[in-house]
Amino acid sequence: MTDSTIAQPQADDKARNQWWDVWDQFKSHKGAMAGLIFLIFITLFCLLGPLLWSLDPGKLDIRNKDLRPVYVALWDGSAKTSWANPMGTDNLGRDIMANIMQGGRISLAVGWTAMVLAILIGTTIGVIAGYFRRLDGLLMRFTDLVLALPLLPLLLVMMLLFRDPLRAAFGPENGIFILIVAGIGITSWMQTARIVRGDVMALKEREFVLAARSIGTPSRRMITRHLLPNVLSPIMVSATLGLATAIITESALSFLGLGFPSDFPTWGKILFDNVDRMTRFPERVLFPGLAISLTVLSVNYIGDGLRDALDPRIRGQ
Amino acid sequence: MLDSPSNALVSVRNLKMHFPIFAGLFRRKVGEVKAVDGVSFDIIEGETLGLVGESGCGKSTCGRSILRLYDITDGQIEIDGRDIGQTSQSYLREMRPTMQMVFQDPQASLNPRMTVEAIIREPLDEHTKLSDTEKKEKVYELMDAVGLNRRFAKRYPQAFSGGQRQRIGIARALALNPKFIVCDEPIAALDVSIQAQVVNLLEDLQEQFGLTYLFISHDLSMVRHIATRVAVMYLGKIVELAPREALYADPLHPYTKALLSAVPEPDPALATKKERVILQGDVPSPANPPKGCNFCTRCPAVMGICKTQEPEYREVEPGRFVACHNFNDQ
Repeated sequence: MTDSTIAQPQADDKARNQWWDVWDQFKSHKGAMAGLIFLIFITLFCLLGPLLWSLDPGKLDIRNKDLRPVYVALWDGSAKTSWANPMGTDNLGRDIMANIMQGGRISLAVGWTAMVLAILIGTTIGVIAGYFRRLDGLLMRFTDLVLALPLLPLLLVMMLLFRDPLRAAFGPENGIFILIVAGIGITSWMQTARIVRGDVMALKEREFVLAARSIGTPSRRMITRHLLPNVLSPIMVSATLGLATAIITESALSFLGLGFPSDFPTWGKILFDNVDRMTRFPERVLFPGLAISLTVLSVNYIGDGLRDALDPRIRGQ
Repeated sequence: MLDSPSNALVSVRNLKMHFPIFAGLFRRKVGEVKAVDGVSFDIIEGETLGLVGESGCGKSTCGRSILRLYDITDGQIEIDGRDIGQTSQSYLREMRPTMQMVFQDPQASLNPRMTVEAIIREPLDEHTKLSDTEKKEKVYELMDAVGLNRRFAKRYPQAFSGGQRQRIGIARALALNPKFIVCDEPIAALDVSIQAQVVNLLEDLQEQFGLTYLFISHDLSMVRHIATRVAVMYLGKIVELAPREALYADPLHPYTKALLSAVPEPDPALATKKERVILQGDVPSPANPPKGCNFCTRCPAVMGICKTQEPEYREVEPGRFVACHNFNDQ
């Protein structure tokens, strides 16, 4: 007790790194911490899982097809279960756990990259439209134009047009990956752009921006130093929502048969492949569905916590 | 029109700042708000020019236009021997260290996402090539100069009181050793005890660094305390400019008389004797100012000529400028 009271003033004298304050605030948000732990878990599960669980997700094992997950044996002694396939196998005998690991890699990669792409495009267009009055009309009408396009048919046309050239250039898997990420990215930046533009326009009239102008801060540093940090909150929120939409859009594309090839699992694809047998084998939609929704939920919570932690006005309260 | 004295640091000639009004379906320009409409004055090196007037008369716009935070409609501005009236913003950048501004609302003029150190450092980052440690040292020196504890450097503006925030704003304005500072109602948002502190700080800094101020305020007694000369604005124009003592002792323009008579008199015996000039009506809209003299709609001493002809702004006694037809014969 006495030790801590003596140590206190010294700690104040030596300036503390601000990121520790951010971390302290983040830690106090229980949902965000739970979300972070789950996200780390699911990421490690997908990235390191295949190293430990060396079953090939594509390997067909007809003799062991339609195995139920091991926990079914608890109440149904007659069910076919096996510890070699703890989550069971599908109708072709492929291991579901290995498929979820492999599918998670693709889904998470698509989700993150498409979200980052959408946020980058949206923020850039929003900030430029909000800050430079002359470009506002042009950029916002362009945003309205893209917003008015029907998204799914557009994506389908893009897939048909660009699939083969991209496959030829980057290989079948990378080509499709680039195509899907780009397709989702450039069709989901509009909301971000609109929100950012509105916020930038309001911020631009604040006195601290005028103060920066009186110092002679040029436009690009005005944007990076004064405007972007202040529009961080809405960007963070749309980023978390964007990740969710990206994962779900990829599932929809896979379902329509225009996403990844059929022997290439993603969470959305596993889900849709097994919709027909949902009543007999609920676990086949339950596991990928849970993976998608829990990932989305945890990212939403993390975004919420980060937004609070990065705002010095909320921090420390 | 006016000869600028040889020792003038700032000279403003016929400054006009009109804001266009857009209306209707096609956003066509239907008129303009004449916020500042032909203002001329000089500020002599080392002095404090007080700029007073009621709300909405264009004081703040005038201050901001002089620093070219707006692209002015017309007129010449000369600061430290350089004409900056029409130069482009990118060229102005080199001039910025000479002229700085202290803002009215200390809450709004500090970026809530930046620490005090980052805020005071910003001008140094923009205009100097000092190393990180030198900048840090300079920031600490500035914090000492305005009376802020060095330990507060890593805190954010919302952790400070209004008076402390205003000190942060003053420290930022001082960072580049400016010659000329526009104080845009620096004390309006503070309570009375803090007002005195901030004004005294401004005076001390003036002495220490040889600063020249344009002190914009609507607080007449505070202006009397700090200013060397006082300019009175009404509806976008300067109606009277005079040395402080002369202006407060013997105001010439009817508007100045009315304005000064509104200052409360602390002595109750004198207060009852004091004659108050109470103006009738409202200030006309700056989008549609009256013909002739701007003040003719409310002037107690209005004459026929006032409603047709605009009075000329001229020197009626040495050092005293007035724009009023009552002094035509002098």
